[in-house]
Amino acid sequence: MKLLNVTAGAVIAATGFCSAAFATTDLTMWYHGAGNKVESKIVHQIIDDFNKSQSDYKVALQSFPQNSYNDSVTAAALAGNLPDILDMDGPIMPNWAWSGYLQPLPIPEDHFKDFLPGTKGVYDGKLYSIGLWDAAVALYARKSTMKELGLRTPTLDKPWTKDEFMSALEAAKKSGKFDYAIDLGMSDKGEWYPYAFLPFLQSFGGGLVNRKTYDTAEGVLNGDAAVAWGNWWQSLFTDKLAPGTSQDPAAHETGFIDGKYAFSWNGNWNAVKTMDKVDDVEFLPAPDFGNGSKIGGASWQFGISASSKAPEGAAEFIKFATQDKYLAEFSDALGLIPATKSAAQMTKNYKSGGPLAVFYGLSEAQAEKRPVTPGYVVDSKVFQKAAADIADGADVIDTLDSATDQINADIKRNDGYKKN
Amino acid sequence: MSVIGSDNRNLRLGVRYLVLILIALIFVLPLLFMVMSSFKPSDELLRDTSSLRAFLPVGQLSLDNYTGAFERAPVGLFVFNSIFVTGTTVLLSLVICSLAGFSFVFLQWRGRDVMLSIILATFIVPFETIAIPLLLEVSKLPWLGLDGLSWGWLDSYRVQIIPWIADGLTIFLFVQYFKGLPGELIEAARVEGASWFQIYRRVVIPLSGPVIATAAILKFLIMYNQYLWPLIVVQQEQYRPVMVGLQYFFQLNPAWGEIMAYLTLITVPVLAFYLVLQKAFIASIASTGVKG
Repeated sequence: MKLLNVTAGAVIAATGFCSAAFATTDLTMWYHGAGNKVESKIVHQIIDDFNKSQSDYKVALQSFPQNSYNDSVTAAALAGNLPDILDMDGPIMPNWAWSGYLQPLPIPEDHFKDFLPGTKGVYDGKLYSIGLWDAAVALYARKSTMKELGLRTPTLDKPWTKDEFMSALEAAKKSGKFDYAIDLGMSDKGEWYPYAFLPFLQSFGGGLVNRKTYDTAEGVLNGDAAVAWGNWWQSLFTDKLAPGTSQDPAAHETGFIDGKYAFSWNGNWNAVKTMDKVDDVEFLPAPDFGNGSKIGGASWQFGISASSKAPEGAAEFIKFATQDKYLAEFSDALGLIPATKSAAQMTKNYKSGGPLAVFYGLSEAQAEKRPVTPGYVVDSKVFQKAAADIADGADVIDTLDSATDQINADIKRNDGYKKN
Repeated sequence: MSVIGSDNRNLRLGVRYLVLILIALIFVLPLLFMVMSSFKPSDELLRDTSSLRAFLPVGQLSLDNYTGAFERAPVGLFVFNSIFVTGTTVLLSLVICSLAGFSFVFLQWRGRDVMLSIILATFIVPFETIAIPLLLEVSKLPWLGLDGLSWGWLDSYRVQIIPWIADGLTIFLFVQYFKGLPGELIEAARVEGASWFQIYRRVVIPLSGPVIATAAILKFLIMYNQYLWPLIVVQQEQYRPVMVGLQYFFQLNPAWGEIMAYLTLITVPVLAFYLVLQKAFIASIASTGVKG
């Protein structure tokens, strides 16, 4: 009898252990931060904390280099090899959702009600992704330069008008102290172009595609407002106010710091580095070209793959990772804008009165997402080429008409990007 | 008169050397820039690009970029992966493609010419056009390993090696070279009763040093520089090769100094491999030229 009890006890114990072991569901996660030591350390820390905080799920991380990340995800989707959790750059989310790579987050949107608008990836009325941070662009200037040129300091409430902005550039040019009045980052080909320059077009009243219907670019990318933007854009280069597409990347990296440019249109990710080297740098809001000051929004965000067998576990991880303490940790380490105001108050740069607090305000007040459509992956390339061609002296109307045709053809080719 | 002739010769020689030095500089300067930059801080490196300082060991020189490169990425692992994948592929390719070339030149079999034409036609098919179908194929192939039968080749060395073993260019190189070998040697071996495989191993291959070196160098370069294929078939870091690893250094603010250090490190195996085989490679090019 005693032997029977011992045996039964052992069986029960063994079964208990087994079921405990089986209860842990393994989750895979892909992240774009390979090679970024600081970012990788924080992501690993979050995963370790999550794995230790509960026993239902265990997350394993695989990191990829950012530049090739999208190609890796697309290939994995084709091969049916996607992980449970993956991160993605905000503007590509609609394409991946439309392509069936993603599923909506099984988390009520209300859970993220305090998050900056740019951090929420909503497509087709559903929340597909959420970001731990946002990024913002501002006009870098030196206080000494502003004073010397006699310029008014623009604010969020009263940004520079187009005329004020152009007067500032002309004044910088006339001073003879700079190689160019402004560095727009023209050497930084790629997504920088739509991220940084599309807001100018939007502030003029134009756009990349009709945002109400997403079925045409006609009248938006080649309407009067867009042509006005094109002419203004081209004048920056013909009037030698900004270096063009042949700009040396080295000059873009160090030009403002070295005093070669009076202003720099640059992202918050370069702010800390610039502050270290330029004592009196200040970050000014985008000029208002007639339809409000605008900057680009949406950065990297977490989502759940459509093939995940444990979306509820993936959602638990995302909720865990989006706690204020992690948002603040990312911000302090990388200079990113934390997704919530409460997290911003926990950071050294973005708390009230902090040196980068202005960026939080910019992101909150001015950020406008790039078009939320699966076609954006094509639209983006079309815009990059059009902006570069116009800067190089191409005919504005012809270039914009051609870009419009290309976007319309893509929409038609994909049957209007209707939801599958 | 003889003095003038000697002067002319010296002048011609001088001009010839000058031209050769200029041509050599075109090839050497980028390498020099890479090596010198690998010892400079990123901001100094960028400033130097506008002057000749870029090619000189001046300024704040240190090994910090090398330390940084090893901290940022598992450089040793990437180099090992590339050398393993490249070395294995080159060896298998030399065996398989030389056998194929031997068969096309010396054996008589039905459809031989058609098959050779088809293989040569693959020259004009860019890899990018078959990358996706090939990805779908290898993601579903079976594999019998130590752990038993599994499905899908993704995330492995084999997926980076096997699809690249046989290729039209290498087979073509062997076919062209084998055609130039004296037929009498083969006939004599046949008369002596040698099997086809013996002829291949004991007669043809010992005479094929130059083409083996050429094929090995070309294949080595193709494999060592692989980017797209490993990018789409390898998701785990443990199998990544050097070219995918290079992307680790292109962050929002690229670490240019570390990039140059990493490039210097990964260039060493290529240069070493070429230096070992260069005599045979040049002999092969020269013999190809003589045959016209």
